[in-house]
Amino acid sequence: MKRLSIILLLISLFLVAEAQKYMTKNGYIGFFSGTPIEDIKADNNQVASVIDISTGEIVFQVLIKSFKFEKALMEEHFNENYLESDKFPRSTFRGKITNLSTVDFTRPGLYDVKVEGELNMHDVTNKISVNGTIEVTSGGINANSKFNIAPEDYKIKIPSVVRNNIAKIIEITVTIKYSPVENK
Amino acid sequence: MKPLICIFFFFLFFTSAFAQEDLMDMINDRTDEEINYTSATFKSTRIMNGHSVEKMPPGQLDFRISHRFGTLNSGLYEFFGLDQSSIHFGLEYGILKWLMAGVGRGTYEKTFDGFCKFTILRQSTGSRVIPVSVSMLSSVAVTSVKWASPERTNYFSSRLSYVHQLLIARKLNQAFSVQIAPTFVHRNLVATEFDHNDLYSIGAGGRVKLSNRISFNAEYYYTVNQGSYGSQALYNPLSVGFDIETGGHVFQLIFTNSLAMIEKDFIGETTGKWINGDIHFGFNISRVFTIKK
Repeated sequence: MKRLSIILLLISLFLVAEAQKYMTKNGYIGFFSGTPIEDIKADNNQVASVIDISTGEIVFQVLIKSFKFEKALMEEHFNENYLESDKFPRSTFRGKITNLSTVDFTRPGLYDVKVEGELNMHDVTNKISVNGTIEVTSGGINANSKFNIAPEDYKIKIPSVVRNNIAKIIEITVTIKYSPVENK
Repeated sequence: MKPLICIFFFFLFFTSAFAQEDLMDMINDRTDEEINYTSATFKSTRIMNGHSVEKMPPGQLDFRISHRFGTLNSGLYEFFGLDQSSIHFGLEYGILKWLMAGVGRGTYEKTFDGFCKFTILRQSTGSRVIPVSVSMLSSVAVTSVKWASPERTNYFSSRLSYVHQLLIARKLNQAFSVQIAPTFVHRNLVATEFDHNDLYSIGAGGRVKLSNRISFNAEYYYTVNQGSYGSQALYNPLSVGFDIETGGHVFQLIFTNSLAMIEKDFIGETTGKWINGDIHFGFNISRVFTIKK
């Protein structure tokens, strides 16, 4: 019995030591809406994200106001009329890498991953499933993904006058460089 | 020994559960609170006739066309004023984050005008809290109508007038914004000795959003030392109307007792009276172009 408890103790210590988290506060998320009338593009370089490589959990937090547009007026309308960023300042994602076992975090390389989770935006939460890559480097972890979402799914109303200026499907690009988090 | 194992399991469970919980909290713990500037206190750089605290962002050109028709009480023959039209064109540009400038030309007294608007304070929350936005407007206007008395010596300086205005606004919530605007108007030449060269006026305005794209606006200027305008009585201008925003355009529909559209005229030369039906229907159209990205 004593031996068992020692083993358990060791396991628990081992687990705690291995529970590695990686984080960034200046990740990139951009979106693109392409229509024959106009292309709309915005960049956000202040994305915060944490990945826990022991569990495959991954979270994102985005300040809506940090999206920068080419045209100031678009930025204003994006915040005021579409995303209503005063009411809903953040968008969050909580998800999990579903094929974590295929990623070897001890060996540098590029791994295809599938992430499933809940995307919250404009006070609407939807389950999404996206494909991406995890790149293990000597200094940290890079994550990349490209996926599509529909504004309609997030109750973002687009009036008929500008219906043709805004795409029904918006392409989202995620580029994150994580560095290890030292345990406090 | 069994309880001990249970305790270990419990701890194991507890630590892993805790670890799962804190990923989002970790972000919140390690992210500093930022300054959150209030945006879009008003939809346009004008509330109605007068300026709002808003400026054109840098690199954006605002082409404005404003019309005021005749008075509603002019009857069917004049089609309630629609047969007459007074116009003001403006080209206004955001130079820096805190500076915009514009030039304009209006039918009323064939006036050319130019202005600069500066940001002094920006309303913000977050790590720095400022309750109001403050802008300063300085403008000059040059009339170009033929001299009333060509036989006497007329100076160019007599055509000039100046306006200085402090615009203090607060966006109270998503729907409701208010502004007050202490204003000083100086006219180099006035019509009679009963008119004042210097006018002190205070403007008050606000907007209520009816939807994300439509707001109801109202604006009133109270002039402390009104005087007269030649032989005509002067009144304070009251304007009410709607902002309708459609992408790159803002349409402002307006009902006002003032025919003129720039400060020195609507503050100092409004001869219409609401109660008499001297109400001009009009509109401002603002079209914004991106010049520099």
